[in-house]
Amino acid sequence: MPRVSHAKDLEIIRTQVDGKRNRARLEMVIPNGTCCQASGSAALIDAVRAELARQGLLQDVALRVTGCLGFCEQEPVILIEPGNILYCHVAAKDAAEIVSRTAQKGEILEQFLFADPVSGKRIQMESDIPFYKAQTRQLIRMHRFVDPFSIDDYIATGGYKAIAKVLAGVKPEEIIAEVKAAGLRGRGGAGFPTGRKWEEAHEAPGDEKYVICNADEGDPGAYMDRCLLEANPHEVLEGMMIGAYAVGANKGYIYVRREYPLAVKHARIAIGQAREYGLLGDNILGSNFCFDVEVARGGGAFVCGESTALMTSIEGKVGEPRAKDVHTVKEGLWNRPTVLNNVETWANVPSIMLNGAKWFASRGTDSSKGTKILALTGQVKNTGLVEVAMGTPIRTIVYDIGGGPKNGNKIKAVQTGGPSGGCIPERLFDLPVDFDALWDAGSMMGSGGMVVMDDKTCMVDVARYFLKFLQDESCGKCVPCRVGIDRMLEIVTDIAEGHGRPEQIPLLQELAETVAEASLCGLGKSAPNPVLSTLRYFIDEYTAHVHGRQCPAGVCKALITYAIDAEKCTGCGVCLKSCPHDSITGEKKKVHIIDAGLCQKCGICISECKFDAITVK
Amino acid sequence: MAMMNLDSILEGRRSQPHMLVEVMLDLQDQEGYLPEEALKTVSKELGVPLIDVYRVAHFYKAFSLKPRGKNVITICTGTACHVRGSDLLVNQVKGQLGIEPGDTTPDGQITVECVNCVGACALGPIVVHNESYCKNMTPGKLRKKIDKAAGVKKEKKHA
Repeated sequence: MPRVSHAKDLEIIRTQVDGKRNRARLEMVIPNGTCCQASGSAALIDAVRAELARQGLLQDVALRVTGCLGFCEQEPVILIEPGNILYCHVAAKDAAEIVSRTAQKGEILEQFLFADPVSGKRIQMESDIPFYKAQTRQLIRMHRFVDPFSIDDYIATGGYKAIAKVLAGVKPEEIIAEVKAAGLRGRGGAGFPTGRKWEEAHEAPGDEKYVICNADEGDPGAYMDRCLLEANPHEVLEGMMIGAYAVGANKGYIYVRREYPLAVKHARIAIGQAREYGLLGDNILGSNFCFDVEVARGGGAFVCGESTALMTSIEGKVGEPRAKDVHTVKEGLWNRPTVLNNVETWANVPSIMLNGAKWFASRGTDSSKGTKILALTGQVKNTGLVEVAMGTPIRTIVYDIGGGPKNGNKIKAVQTGGPSGGCIPERLFDLPVDFDALWDAGSMMGSGGMVVMDDKTCMVDVARYFLKFLQDESCGKCVPCRVGIDRMLEIVTDIAEGHGRPEQIPLLQELAETVAEASLCGLGKSAPNPVLSTLRYFIDEYTAHVHGRQCPAGVCKALITYAIDAEKCTGCGVCLKSCPHDSITGEKKKVHIIDAGLCQKCGICISECKFDAITVK
Repeated sequence: MAMMNLDSILEGRRSQPHMLVEVMLDLQDQEGYLPEEALKTVSKELGVPLIDVYRVAHFYKAFSLKPRGKNVITICTGTACHVRGSDLLVNQVKGQLGIEPGDTTPDGQITVECVNCVGACALGPIVVHNESYCKNMTPGKLRKKIDKAAGVKKEKKHA
């Protein structure tokens, strides 16, 4: 096993990997992240590997299993180089045909090419697909080159060059100045300037300091951190090494939520390999710098994404936050100076050190530099991870990259920032995505979740959903958060269930403002955002519920009834069979009827009916 | 449970109170829940008072103090799954099995849980059956999955 003790050793490994790659005539890249596996990528990989062996192509064709490439909707995919050909929705049974025709003969198989849902055309090259075209892929672009189990692959992309450069004679103060000049802000949500955080920890007295990578990613609807850690864990490690050197830390932790078992596994393997290579441990690359990293798993508590709660959790205790009168950069983990950054923030560090602050700051807006990965999900045609330059308008993301509404419905809003964020209405879609613009609009970047909602989404129900989430996740330590969320949920539930009173709307507003002001930690302070932003932009939906006793989107159960459209019903009986509450009756081939008294409005019949015959009013 | 296995979980972690969460996660993964006897041993070996062990066990959602079913069906109720109808899946389970999320069927076959997000948001709604991820779930697909999970047991019984 080669031990890397000098920058030259990295160069040797790079040459070796390149040489091996050059011997192959063709490269097939198959991503195998969590979402890819949900689509069956593991079986596809086995089938392709077996087929390559059977057809004697193991030398000619290099198969690389990587992390997620971002276009989750189309998975499983195969990317073929040279040619930048992307095959979508490939099944294990297609392996023989693809290997014998594309890999052997160079034929392009039309049926696997991406079919653009907007134009209906087949698109051969990945780079021509509209989903990718409007993106600026700085971080995700690297994923295709790296097998996450191979430290050599990462080194071949120029990995660990940045830490080698730093250790060869860049002073900690110079690193901090570079990160500050780059304008890197924390990707975890609040957007705090990373350089300033490092500077404070650097200046804090003490021999023992820590760096932490926050991969708790509790925001539902965001998964870029999982993807980065799964696909390119060494990049995160290298970022942490640079940060640790800058602040004077010798120990780091990656705090990953246990709901991400693959990310945990990949991080652990990467740490093991880096140790073997001598890139973690004592006297790294022949310098005086000693640093090691450990993985700590979260136990499924949303509040542990908050920095102080996260640190208590690493200490093995109940993850409750504390007041931040003393900052964690001075007294953090075990009361030592600690720098905590999000996965995406750390992943951006190596390229800043290699390419310089100017390069990084050349993308983005005045106040938000670089790119941001967003998780585009919900009711749009193309869903997946999207990396755009800061400042890209929401409209570009939803319509150009996302391809517009999914089921021909009208898009109403995007929800950004998870439970701490808010809903931005369609009329404001020209807003640029940057930390401050979203904040001013009453939402926030958060970790970058972007859930698209259409006219079948009820905003009162959305507010209720987040309040339920937060009620469940509030640790209960401070009263404004614990009781305030409870009371807000009571009011919103009243409204959703059709017994809301007009005076409850201003009360809800007042309560929300109080909770925001008086709560102890970030969870409580931002908890009212979903309520405040829906009140601000969708007050007419609240009034329709309160005054008209109606749910315009047809979601709130107490205010709707299900019926069967006699014109559309064919009497096939599927709804009758699927109804768990026996509320549907009817004879075969005759129009069926729903008994409103028995109907629980569970929606199962809607999803089962092939003729769209169930109506909601 | 076999003390041997607990021994291997505790290996290298004894007398280190900060390892509590990690040890308990391993125990949970191995046993499917946290047996009382094991927690007493953990308390003693790590040097953490039993009351604090139980506080941690109650605080984090990952831990269960009751044995779970052979099949754990986890429904993701994250935002992206919610707007694509994960509520319907929860309703399906309640109607079909007559249990609430968090509960186990009386025969110990199926445990149903909800999780706030598994991070496969582009493919929602997501259901995780033991360790395998199922995308774009509908109530109908889930019903078949549960039938199958319950049916596996019957076949085994006959054999």
